[in-house]
Amino acid sequence: MKLTAEALTLGFPGRVLCQGLSFGVSPGQCWAVLGNNGSGKSTLMHALAGVHTPLAGTVRVDDEPLSVMGAARRARLIGLLMQEEPAEFWGSVLDYVALGRYPHRRSLLGYDPEAERMARTQLESMDLARLAGQALSTLSGGERQRARLALVLTQDPALFLLDEPLQHLDLRHQMQALDWFARLARASGRAVLMVLHDPALARRYCDHAVLLYEADTPLAGAAERVLTPDNLERLYGVPVPL
Amino acid sequence: MSRPILILALFAVLGAISLGLGLVVGSVPLSAADVAGALAGDASSPVGAIVLQVRLPRVLAGFACGGLLALAGALLQVLLRNPLADPYVLGISGGAGLGLLAATSLGVGYAGSQLAGLAGALLAVLTVFGLSFRAGDWNLYRLLLTGVVFSAGCSALISLILLLAPQTAVKGMLFWMLGDLSDATSPQWAWLALATCGAASVLGSGALNVMLLGRRKAISLGVPVASAEVVIYLIASAATVTSVSLAGTVGFVGLIVPHLVRLLGVTDYRWLIPSAILAGGALLSLADTAARSLWAPLQIPVGALTALLGVPVVLLLLARRR
Repeated sequence: MKLTAEALTLGFPGRVLCQGLSFGVSPGQCWAVLGNNGSGKSTLMHALAGVHTPLAGTVRVDDEPLSVMGAARRARLIGLLMQEEPAEFWGSVLDYVALGRYPHRRSLLGYDPEAERMARTQLESMDLARLAGQALSTLSGGERQRARLALVLTQDPALFLLDEPLQHLDLRHQMQALDWFARLARASGRAVLMVLHDPALARRYCDHAVLLYEADTPLAGAAERVLTPDNLERLYGVPVPL
Repeated sequence: MSRPILILALFAVLGAISLGLGLVVGSVPLSAADVAGALAGDASSPVGAIVLQVRLPRVLAGFACGGLLALAGALLQVLLRNPLADPYVLGISGGAGLGLLAATSLGVGYAGSQLAGLAGALLAVLTVFGLSFRAGDWNLYRLLLTGVVFSAGCSALISLILLLAPQTAVKGMLFWMLGDLSDATSPQWAWLALATCGAASVLGSGALNVMLLGRRKAISLGVPVASAEVVIYLIASAATVTSVSLAGTVGFVGLIVPHLVRLLGVTDYRWLIPSAILAGGALLSLADTAARSLWAPLQIPVGALTALLGVPVVLLLLARRR
């Protein structure tokens, strides 16, 4: 599937965050989204996931506008890791991660042995197998972040939208997560779009990038063309050695 | 997996026991064999009349109302993301009470007053929904506040009616407000409501689990949250209106039974919903059997006993839970 953003204007009534953003994400691509605090990174992710309506412009999946797509079908194609999610949860880490199978459920009641098997596989890949039976609320911030990544991996969408996937993670797990998602894009034809704060990591792991400027037209395209020292210095207001 | 099944089975057994006790126990003592004989079809004898015409409808009504209230409470606690939500928080009891008491104090007969109560309940649902609903942006805090404020207004008017009504009428009004099953002779509508609302909720319980992750996450996981919220509100309202029109405003069951099930370790809504329905039904029919037989021939309103039976259990569970 190909996701296309056409002339997006993002923001809220009375506050425009970015204007005239157009780009297309194809299978196999790994995108970085860079920008200062408040530049609209999360709002962009929400708009692309269909949980926020842009002020103007259209998001399309292949040729179909996202706004008319059924909720369950959209959730099978697009997964969203949010920057903030409630820490309170009613069940165990395994219960939590298995909710990723909700859009794929076959039985009306949602009992699905396959869901548990897939959830356990992803807990394994995020080094959480040991904690599967724990209450989610007892996990540390970094462990909970890995559980959230495991949930979105269990959802198994064609496009992963990851808002600050590295927050709270220790260095080893940051590298592991980046490796995992970059490989997912290259090897299994998924597409990944992730909000990062480190341009060096973006250069190393991503082949495309979106730069959200506060007072200027956003840039989007191939990494070697967009992630230049000049563009990044103009973005952050400080010299960025690469 | 085994624990939720165990709890569900426990409440199923308890529910069956509560129905059986409701038939056997009462001011005329009967044996299990008498009751079995009456149920087998011997309706002509005095025992048959007591069992089939008096006790069976009443115990079935109690069970259905308890199940409906527990279901409504569990649903509203998800919808409003508030553990203190109960079936009456959105003004249904206030509207029904106001309608019924106003009609009674104006001299309207029994059936007319019941109809006025039903009309008041439905009017409350329409008013609170109409005042708070905005398509595409239904703020549930606004819903909760609208309901609470509406209830407060109804309570004030109900207090005035109680003060101004003739002494003889006040006792009946208090019985209704505490919750009373002595006039509940036709439980079939309540069972129909319990079956439909219960089945719809169990089928949607997977979505309830996802909705507890928050609105946006639930949308991203494919739950059509905006329409799901309206459906949940309507199901909870239908359940509450049915129960209130049959049994008055029985307290405690709708607030506490879902928490009781959670305290027993069932938090997955796919198990919590059926467990809460069975637990609520068992609690209310047990309480009603006690209410009509402990001090017979004196009948006390069942609402006074639901709390007396339930409070120690829940306090113990709360204290034991670390």
